[in-house]
Parts: sequence; C-alpha cells; structure tokens
Amino acid sequence: MSRFRGLVLALLPIFLGAQDFVLNNGTEPQSLDPALITGIPEGRISMALFEGLTVSDPVTALPVPGLASSWTVSGDQRTYTFHLRETTWSDGTPLTAQDVVDAWMRVLDPATGSAYAYLLSDNIAGADAYLKGKGPASGVAIHARGPHTFEVTFVGPLPYALAMLTHSAFMVTPTFAVKRYGPGAWTKPAHFIGNGPYVLKTWRPQDQIVVARNPRYWDARNIHLQSITFLTIEDQNVAFDKYLAGEIDYVTDDSIPVGRIDEIRLRHDYHHMPGSSIYYFVYNVTRRPFDDVRVRKALSMAVDRDELVRRVLKAGDVPTAGFVPAMGGFRTAPGNGFDLDRARRLLAQAGYPGGRGFPRITITYNTSARHKLICEWLQQAWKASLGIEVQLHNLEWNTFLDTKQKTHDFQLARAGWVADYPDPGNYLDMFKTGSGNNDGRYSNLRYDRLLARAATLPPGPARDRVLEEAESILVTEDQAVLPCFFYVTRFVLDDRKWGGIHLNAIDSHPPRWWYRK
Amino acid sequence: MLRFMIRRALSLIPTVFLIITFAFVIIRIAPGGPFASEKQLPPEILANIEKRYHLDESLPRQYVRYLGDFVRGDLGPSFRYKDFTVGELIADALPPSMLIGSLALLIAVTGGIGAGVLSALRQNSWIDYAAMSLAVIGISIPVFVTGPVLKLFLALKHPWLPTSGWLGGRGGWLVLVMPVLTLALPYLAGIARLTRASVLEVLRADYIRTARAKGLSERVVVLRHVLKGALLPVLSYLGPAFAGIITGTVVVETIFAVPGMGRLSVQAAINRDYTLIMGDVIVFSVILVAANFVVDLCYGFLDPRISYS
Repeated sequence: MSRFRGLVLALLPIFLGAQDFVLNNGTEPQSLDPALITGIPEGRISMALFEGLTVSDPVTALPVPGLASSWTVSGDQRTYTFHLRETTWSDGTPLTAQDVVDAWMRVLDPATGSAYAYLLSDNIAGADAYLKGKGPASGVAIHARGPHTFEVTFVGPLPYALAMLTHSAFMVTPTFAVKRYGPGAWTKPAHFIGNGPYVLKTWRPQDQIVVARNPRYWDARNIHLQSITFLTIEDQNVAFDKYLAGEIDYVTDDSIPVGRIDEIRLRHDYHHMPGSSIYYFVYNVTRRPFDDVRVRKALSMAVDRDELVRRVLKAGDVPTAGFVPAMGGFRTAPGNGFDLDRARRLLAQAGYPGGRGFPRITITYNTSARHKLICEWLQQAWKASLGIEVQLHNLEWNTFLDTKQKTHDFQLARAGWVADYPDPGNYLDMFKTGSGNNDGRYSNLRYDRLLARAATLPPGPARDRVLEEAESILVTEDQAVLPCFFYVTRFVLDDRKWGGIHLNAIDSHPPRWWYRK
Repeated sequence: MLRFMIRRALSLIPTVFLIITFAFVIIRIAPGGPFASEKQLPPEILANIEKRYHLDESLPRQYVRYLGDFVRGDLGPSFRYKDFTVGELIADALPPSMLIGSLALLIAVTGGIGAGVLSALRQNSWIDYAAMSLAVIGISIPVFVTGPVLKLFLALKHPWLPTSGWLGGRGGWLVLVMPVLTLALPYLAGIARLTRASVLEVLRADYIRTARAKGLSERVVVLRHVLKGALLPVLSYLGPAFAGIITGTVVVETIFAVPGMGRLSVQAAINRDYTLIMGDVIVFSVILVAANFVVDLCYGFLDPRISYS
C-alpha cells in the first residue's frame, strides 16, 4: 500500500508535465511588497517575483545583469547609467525606465513606511533630504533618460553600488498596480503583477505560497520549474521531518534544526561553507567592569573559539577574534584570540588577580537553544580559567531587543550581524559614535574619522587599508565587542536531483536558476 | 427562555469591552514593539512607519480609535503581516482550527462517553481496568509527546501518512488524521473518566432504584435515566473544552503545521502585533462565552430542576 502510494506520488508530476519544487520558507512573510520587507523568508520569495537592475550570481554571489542588460559609470564613479531590457510586466504592460524611478520614489515616500528606505537615502544624492521632508522629490538624483535608459547619482564613489542594487529595496515594483488596487491588495494572487521569473498563484497565510513560471519574463525560456511551493513552517524539526519523508525538496539554512546537527552533518545531501554573518557579544562599555579595556580584552583572550566551534557547535562555523569577514582585498583583523596567560595578567592589572574582587557579571541573550549552549559554555570557561562568576539572563525576543537597544540595561549581550551588501563598511558603521545600532555605546573619535574617510575613497587597496585600521581599533585595541565566529552557510538538498542552488558566502540563492536535473 | 437568551447576549457587551480594555493595556505594557528588530531603524524611518499605524498618537486616542473601528466591525490592519487585515487573517486561521477541533471533539465525546458508560456498567471487569488504564495514559501523556511519537511511527518509519501540512497540499485529506487523533486523545481520556465516575454515582441514586423497581428494562434505565443524569458534569466540562479545542492549540498546530489560530496567536504575541493580538483575544473570548452559554441552555434540557422561564 505504502509503496503504491509513493509510486503514484512520484509519477504524478510526470503525467501532469509539472515540475514543482517544494521548500520550507520559515515564518510567514511580513509582506510580498519588496518595498516593505526586511527578513530572509521575504527576501527569498521576492527574488522569485521581482527583479532589480542587477541580480546576484548563484555561484559567486557577485552582481550580474538583471533588468539592466548593461551599464556605464561616470569618471567620478558616482553616476551610473543603466540600459534596461525591452520587456514587460507579467500583465503585458511595457516596463520602462520611468517604472524604476517610480518604484524607488515609492520606497522613499514617507507614506509608504519602508524600513529599508535608508539604503536609498544613505546612498542616493538628494534622497536623504527628500525622506526627511527637507528637499523636493525632484532633488532625488534618479532619472529616466529615455524609455530604457535609467540614471542614478550616488553620494560618493560607492564600491558596493552594483551589489547593493540586488537588494529587495531596489527591486522594481509596479506602482501603477499599487495605485490601482491599493497597498495590501496588489500583492494578492488575484491582482498580482511582477517582473520576476515567477508570478504569484496562491497565498494561504501560515500554510503556503505557490509561484508559477512567468511566461513573459525576459529570460522565460531558461526558467525550468513550472512552480515553486514555499511552505510556512516555523518549527525546524517539523520542516526537517518533512524533508526526511520526501515531502519537501530543499531545507534552507534557517530551517536546519540545531539539535540534530550531529545527525545532519553526516548526510551526503548536507552542504556547507563559511558564510559572512558574525556571531558576537557586545560589551556595554559604559558599565563597570567593562568600562576597563583590560577586562574586555581578558575575557576575549580567555575564549577558546576553536573548541567552541568544534566541540560545542559542531556545524562547521569559522572561529574568529576579528569582526569583518575577508572580502575583495580586505583582510580580517586578528583581534585578541585565545591566550590564557595574557588574559590572567590583564585581569590582574585591572585589579582582579585570580578573579578576586571581580563583580558578578551577567550575559543577556534571547531565548534559543543555540544561544543557551554558547552562553553556558562561556560561563563555565570563564569560571574555570579566570575564576569569575557569570550569570545568564535569557529574555524573550522583543524584551531582549528593548533591553539591548533602548534601555541599554545589560553588561554583555549576544548579538549577530549580517551585511545588507558585501562591504566591510557595512559591518563597521554601526560602531560609529551615536549610531543607532551601537548598543554598547562605544565611542572613539579616531575610529569615526577613519570611517568618514573611507566613505570618500573609491574602491581599492587604499580604502581597504583604512577600513582594516578601523577594524583593528574596534577589536584589537579597544575590544568593544567579543567576536566568536562567522556563521556557516548551509543547506540540505539532493544535488543529484536538483541544480542551480550553490553555496556562497552571502547565502543568496535566487530561484531564477533552480532546475531539475 | 427568550428573555434569558437576550439577557445573556447583552451581558456579552460589557464582558468584551472589559476584555478589550485589559488586553489593550497589557499589550502596551510589554517591552519592545511591533517594529523592533536586531537591525535598528533610523529614527525618521521608524517615525514614518509608526505614523502609518497611528502609533504616534497618545495611548487614550489610540484606544478610542480602536474602539471606534471595532464597533464598525473593523479589527484593523495587522502590524506584522502588512498585506492582510486582522479580519482576513482570522478568517483564514479559524476554519482549520475549527475543523480539527470539531473532529477531535466528536471522537472524544463519542469514544469517551462510550468507554465511560461501559466501564461503569461493567465496573471492576477487565474492560473497566483496560479502559481506565488507557484513560490515565491519555491524560498524563502531553500532546507534545503523543504528536511526535505518532509522526515517528505513522509517517517517518512507515510512510502511511504525510508528516504535516494542510488540505490542498500534496497530502490530501490524510493530513487531518494525526492532528485530530493527537488533539482528541487527552479529551477522550478525560471524558471517559468523568463519565465513568458520574454514571457510577447516578447508578446508586434513589430514582434509578425507583426506575428499576418499576420494572423498566435495563436498557431503558440506562439510556433514559442514567445517561441523562450522568451527562451533566460532562457537559460543564465540555463548554470550556469546546471553546479551547476549536480555537486552536499551538502545540498540535506547530507539530503538524496546521495554519490555525494557535500558531497565529503565538506569533502575534512574539511579534507584538498589537491589532492581531487584540483580534485573537476578542475571538477567543467571544467563543468561550458563547460555548458556556450553549452549555447553560443544554442544562435546561437535561436537568429537570433547571428552568429558564
């Protein structure tokens, strides 16, 4: 009976001529409007439904032509002129350069309430003034110079411009459809219009989203799947059981259950490589005892990151005492790695020989099996090597964010960061004096000046050296944070059956290239 | 009878009003907010978003605005799921919860009452011992154990059933089997024990002795007299149980990926989705009050001492 049912299920797609690919997408998307989304599940679907000027290559994750077939850059590297493909929206309406202008202006429009509007306002000339209501819409330096010629001027020579344009905030959305049906209604299957390789067919909240091949996509003949089903399952164990039973084809990084890594890492269909997100702890440098740099360094030097990664986490994460992953010509700072003798000496110099007199400190983290494991390990490691007492304080997600960001009521807090686009500046900017993401309230004017200088430099070795110097102030000299490891990027997929999904540092897997072997 | 019903219906209004007020205040006291994230938003962008959802207004004004919308039947937009209103989300999530809830309750009531009556009539027989041992197991094993164990044997070790999912997917109607069984089991066990105890008590009552003395057949005694009296405690158990079971249980819905109210509510609380939490609370409370109301009506039919006129 069971074999028969399996056979029918396996043969059904062949009879129907359909190739449906099923994956778990995690939590229910906040929206399918690229102007409003912020999370990973949303980003994954947006790449199926919409396309920006550039898209990220499935193998290298570098920007390659998307809606724009080519571009030229001005001598001062600030103005980019994009030549768009002659193509249409999924309803047949021609797609023009004015559509790109309208879409970007909608992201900047305060009435839209876009969380990622800052990506545009920080980088496009005149956009910041418009967003803050201090400048006119006409002052935003984006223009249609012809039906298929689009021009944008940035605030400086952005080395990451083309990579940044792959981000969902820069995707092209049909503003005419938003006007016609209204926000919230235009993203429903009945009204949906997009320009991506797939169009929206079904959206059942908490259950599934189905997209089907878009026959009007400019490269439609190279789209090989008939449909893709994105399931909405928050629980990783439930999702992985579905994979084991053959009900889904692809388990993404965020759907792999932490507690089963011992079993999963031995599988032939488990693929992994070092990624670019950093796991770290942030010191509140205004609170005793972490206002003393010697204490901050001592704690960092007492952490054997190799052991943490190999013996405790076992997933293949990459230990680091530096903060920014190597990219392009940029090299990660060595930081203050494992050195128990120096750690003990520094602690003694700070007035706590052998941990005597050291106040009991608290690590604050958000509730999760993985964070708990790491914090407990730190607790016993510091107790054993430095003789200090550590308390653990776990908080529910929103309470944790409030504590870390608003009240700053913590000593040492768990943190993570994934860049919006691959550029070292995106990691370092958050520690500028007064920056919104500077939760530990770190401040060093020399650091601020280096970052300000990097912002004016064109891509190349000179800029990389300035950023490297800034990173080394952050993690080696001042030890404002305690970096632990770069997350591994991974997925589970039978690559004898499916293709087009490749490991890359930013864990970007656009559905456009997925196919059945 | 009609007056009683109208009075009860009217008493719903202050109840719901009080619940809205309490929920509104409690949600706002919780730390964090709907737009908090690990990457903090620049203040001017956060201000734009908060303005869109009227969070820039004073709390009393937001409260009055919410009440006004509620009276017009508008539960507002979801703060988290920006393409949906709270009404749309609940309209999508309630039917799955109600479907598995009603099926589970159907099994629990028929199975539970059957097993309970049988055990009581054959007290201290092997049927009684077997049924009651199973009932103890059913009550004491939590659903977060039964669910995964069922899944392990019925879906993973043997591919008889889909592991999880909902109607309209690859699994067909078979997706219903495990969530319904998992949900039914503890209720079935509870009802069986309750029925048995209650039937045993009624069997010793004077009016049963009278019925037997009149020479009524055992069948008539049990069906007409014993059962009617014995079901009263079961009925008072069923009111809240019914409300609880059809409004969704987060554990069963999570284990079997059912797109129901339990998951929706928990996610809403985690996300601080203010309007969605309010909507969930209102739906839960209305259903609970309504279920108790129906139970009260049923008392009138079962217990000759109660009259609503």
